[in-house]
Amino acid sequence: MSALRETGRLVDLGVDVVRNAFRRPFQFREFIQQCWFVVGVTVLPTALVSIPFGAVIALQIGSLTRQIGAQSFTGAASVLAVLQQAGPIVTALLIAGAGGSAICADLGSRTIREEIDALEVLGVSAVQRLVVPRVLAAMVVSVLLNGMVSVVGVLGGYFFNVVLQDGTPGAYLASFTALAQLPDLWISEIKALVFGFIAGIVAAYRGLHPAGGPKGVGDAVNQAVVITFLLLFFVNFVLTAIYLQVVPAKGS
Amino acid sequence: MGVEVVVEGLTKSFGKQTIWHDVTLTLPPGEVSVMLGPSGTGKSVFLKSLVGLLKPERGRIVVDGTDLLRCTERRLYEIRKLFGVLFQDGALFGSMDLFDNVAFPLREHTRKTEAEVRRIVLEKMEMVGLVGAERKLPGEISGGMRKRAGLARALVLDPEIILCDEPDSGLDPVRTAYLSQLLIDLNAQLDATILIVTHNITVARTVPDNLGMLFRRELVLFGPREVLLTSDEPVVEQFLNGRRVGPIGMSEEKDQATMAAELAHRDAGHADGSPTGDVRGVVPQLEPTPGLPPRGAVRRRKDRVMSIVHTLPPRARQGIVDSLTPEERRHYGTPGGAG
Repeated sequence: MSALRETGRLVDLGVDVVRNAFRRPFQFREFIQQCWFVVGVTVLPTALVSIPFGAVIALQIGSLTRQIGAQSFTGAASVLAVLQQAGPIVTALLIAGAGGSAICADLGSRTIREEIDALEVLGVSAVQRLVVPRVLAAMVVSVLLNGMVSVVGVLGGYFFNVVLQDGTPGAYLASFTALAQLPDLWISEIKALVFGFIAGIVAAYRGLHPAGGPKGVGDAVNQAVVITFLLLFFVNFVLTAIYLQVVPAKGS
Repeated sequence: MGVEVVVEGLTKSFGKQTIWHDVTLTLPPGEVSVMLGPSGTGKSVFLKSLVGLLKPERGRIVVDGTDLLRCTERRLYEIRKLFGVLFQDGALFGSMDLFDNVAFPLREHTRKTEAEVRRIVLEKMEMVGLVGAERKLPGEISGGMRKRAGLARALVLDPEIILCDEPDSGLDPVRTAYLSQLLIDLNAQLDATILIVTHNITVARTVPDNLGMLFRRELVLFGPREVLLTSDEPVVEQFLNGRRVGPIGMSEEKDQATMAAELAHRDAGHADGSPTGDVRGVVPQLEPTPGLPPRGAVRRRKDRVMSIVHTLPPRARQGIVDSLTPEERRHYGTPGGAG
């Protein structure tokens, strides 16, 4: 029952954020600051995670394609894997784990210092003023991070395949578009956008409602990250299933 | 003149725990009221309910003709502009310096030029004695300074209603006295309705026009200051005198056994540090600093109280009549002295 109520409030905040996003005046300054802030906490970890992630995929696919005698498709398969799954999942991990937790901690400490109450009493909506710029920043940065993960992942894959597994550079590059198609990139970015939104909303929701005291903020951050992970992996599954149904695979 | 706040049958609970129920009172326009109560009786919750930060389950809060519990969000934000709220720790925005904090409401809600903003902010900063600290961050100053800065910010929009959550907590008695004087001076200048939530007895005895007390999930009483100051309610007597013997315990309520044990100790001569005298009784009220205009609330309150004086308990009546000048006694037609 209480889980249902929490979910309802979370959705309520989501609706509120969407509505307030179109209300003037848009907090442009806060938005830019938050983008910079989220980039600051996510960009390095993302790069560091996506290199080994791309490498693992390249190694796995490299040996798999050799086993079944389809070396010419190594490049094609790794691009597809990085773009469709690795990119969004690494983005989800980082935007929730690094970006979301930072947003949650920031809003949480403001809440227990009664800053949020003070803002509301001064007739300023905390959702419009603080939450909307943060959620939008999480979305924008998430899309950009996803692009970065894709590039770094593909480059990592290329390096490992060509240099370590003695693959042929030409074959690797030439097969890029054999399986992957443009909609794969779109769905990847759409996923990232949705992930950014969910991570931002959950972080803001937990940050605005911590249990009392500094320990409450710590717990709220922890819960925000866990809840976001669960939600993002589930949403990733749903979006992937829908995409595979709706968009025909190349050549089929 | 300030705005009247009418509270009717208000009930608030968190989950199964009732904080208080059926609270009914009216904050008379332009008058200063104090809400007393032991720690943990929901005084702060009451204050936050008045500005719509918390939603009580039942009852009405009417401000300026609008029921805060049933109005649109847009209207609620409009109504809130009538309020200036001083939070317990000042609730300053940690990322801004004091000047920007105090200027925030002006920049947000008015179209004043930066020069005007500067003039108003400096004026309010001077009022609370913070000149020279404009460029300090909230993290760099003491609790008392944060509190005064919070008050300055609450005042910049010239609010009709000022709510103060424990203005004395964390302040020494001298600073508390200055703050009390400041609040009374503000009332004289702005004629705003003021509600102070506190458990400071000196503030309760000398500052307000009206006094109330919350205890055991109920409003014990609320009315002209003379009523509470002369009340025979055991809770009120214990609280005003700061004794251990009485219905209030370390946890909110006390069981019979503890109460009996404490009484036995006292009768056996245990010196528990409780004051021997009884501080109840009507003491002279704080007046605005000489040179300021007289408080409009004093006259209005006298008229209001004299119209209900026959309904008040005898000792409160006595206190009120004693505080009248001979002239006023003639005006209201009350017998002199022992009424």
